[in-house]
Amino acid sequence: MIVSHQKSMDEILAALANDGKIFLIGCAKCATVCKAGGEEEVWQMQEALIAAGKDVTGSVIIDEACHMLRSGRDLRAKKEMVDEADALLVLACGAGIQSVSASTPKKTVAGLNTLFLGNIRRFGQFEQKCSLCGECILTETGCICPVTVCPKGLLNGPCGGMDNGRCETDNERECVWFQIFERLRSRGALEKLKKIVPQKDFSRMLKPGNLKLEKETAR
Amino acid sequence: MISRLQEKLAAGQFVLTAEVCPPKGCDCGEFLEKARKLAPLVDAVNVTDNQGASMRISPLAAAALLVREGIEPIYQITCRDRNRLALQSDLLGAAALGITNVLALSGDHISFGDHRGGKPVFDLDSVQLLQAIQGLGEGRDLAGKRVSGEPAFFVGAAAAPEAEPFELTTFKLEKKAAAGASFFQTQAVFDPERLAFFSCAVKPHGVKVIAGILLLKSATMARYVTENIPGLNVPAALINELENAADPTAAGVRIAARLAAACKPHCHGLHIMAMGREDLIPQILESVKKVKSKE
Repeated sequence: MIVSHQKSMDEILAALANDGKIFLIGCAKCATVCKAGGEEEVWQMQEALIAAGKDVTGSVIIDEACHMLRSGRDLRAKKEMVDEADALLVLACGAGIQSVSASTPKKTVAGLNTLFLGNIRRFGQFEQKCSLCGECILTETGCICPVTVCPKGLLNGPCGGMDNGRCETDNERECVWFQIFERLRSRGALEKLKKIVPQKDFSRMLKPGNLKLEKETAR
Repeated sequence: MISRLQEKLAAGQFVLTAEVCPPKGCDCGEFLEKARKLAPLVDAVNVTDNQGASMRISPLAAAALLVREGIEPIYQITCRDRNRLALQSDLLGAAALGITNVLALSGDHISFGDHRGGKPVFDLDSVQLLQAIQGLGEGRDLAGKRVSGEPAFFVGAAAAPEAEPFELTTFKLEKKAAAGASFFQTQAVFDPERLAFFSCAVKPHGVKVIAGILLLKSATMARYVTENIPGLNVPAALINELENAADPTAAGVRIAARLAAACKPHCHGLHIMAMGREDLIPQILESVKKVKSKE
């Protein structure tokens, strides 16, 4: 899921400095799990805005804010409250904020910073394991991703800063190539480390990404 | 242009290298002064590439200035700040400017340096960079397009003989050799036995080994490099030796000389990192003269 984190109240209030009436939007999916933009956080934000002297005209938790049609539909259902507001404050990921903003002429303010595609370790603890590179090499690396977990994204083994299996950037963290080495060894597949991994095709992750699933044509 | 370093190693002679750090600025007076003093003592001078991820003058420019002075540089090039276009483009520039030796590196992570908010590139890793250099030497770039002139570099790579687990590092060393590395310049060595083991392990690949010798100027500096420089670990015994010495610099020279002499039988050359005290290099090398080097 998409991991996001609420911006500081100072930054949010600065962005809303000239807006007295605010409509609040959360997301029922990722932002709820991250405790950044679910029902509870929208309610807390409402309290904080009121304490800061703002008027909150209303709020909505969109089922999936990244869903463009659904965002538009949910905003239309709250039309009066939206119309009354000077600005919309969105507690959703960057994708969600943009579907909201595209479906209203109102000023829209981002309430969250969007961080990464994350695995959930346990409640409130997320880890990035995949960086959506479009050219998956996990089969070759014991299903541990060096593109993501190595701070340098090195594809052919550890850098000279690795020692005792630790990463040069953070002594508390294991080097991903050490993890890959251990896993491949446990699976009797160390020979995979002998193969030179060629230059990566970064055109696979050129922005903006775009995918259209074609309907299978009848034969 | 021919690399004298390459010729000497090919002839089985023992080589010496040292490094100079290009200035943070465009005034290269002091840099050149230091290099001129080093030149008679060593076979080639490493020119570091924004080392420790701190922004400095381009190593390409600094290395070209050395060529102009008749000093043979080892041009260090890292993957941290340049994508594959910039790397290949700089390498062609280096060849045109008469640079003959290249040390291909991944580069310290940007979080160590003075521009921590910068975008780390790492479009290629060091093995892929070596492949790029190999390709250019064969007259083609990474896209398979023809390049004219076919730059013939003497190419080296880094190695960390004391890093654990050793077996993990050997996979990458083999790849570096297969991708055209002809010499390894190692991280500072503190355990000559370990260097012997390392040299045996890489021997089948026919790569020359230039062992790193670091001049420790004080116990404080030894602790600092252990904590702050990736892949460097000064053993506690050496830190104690420096701590208890009346003259720490003299003790540092003694330690470096001792390590250099003990390493010589297990390598083809020494790379002296004098950390600003290049004037002490002759003292360090005094002990090495009588020792026989690796065949």
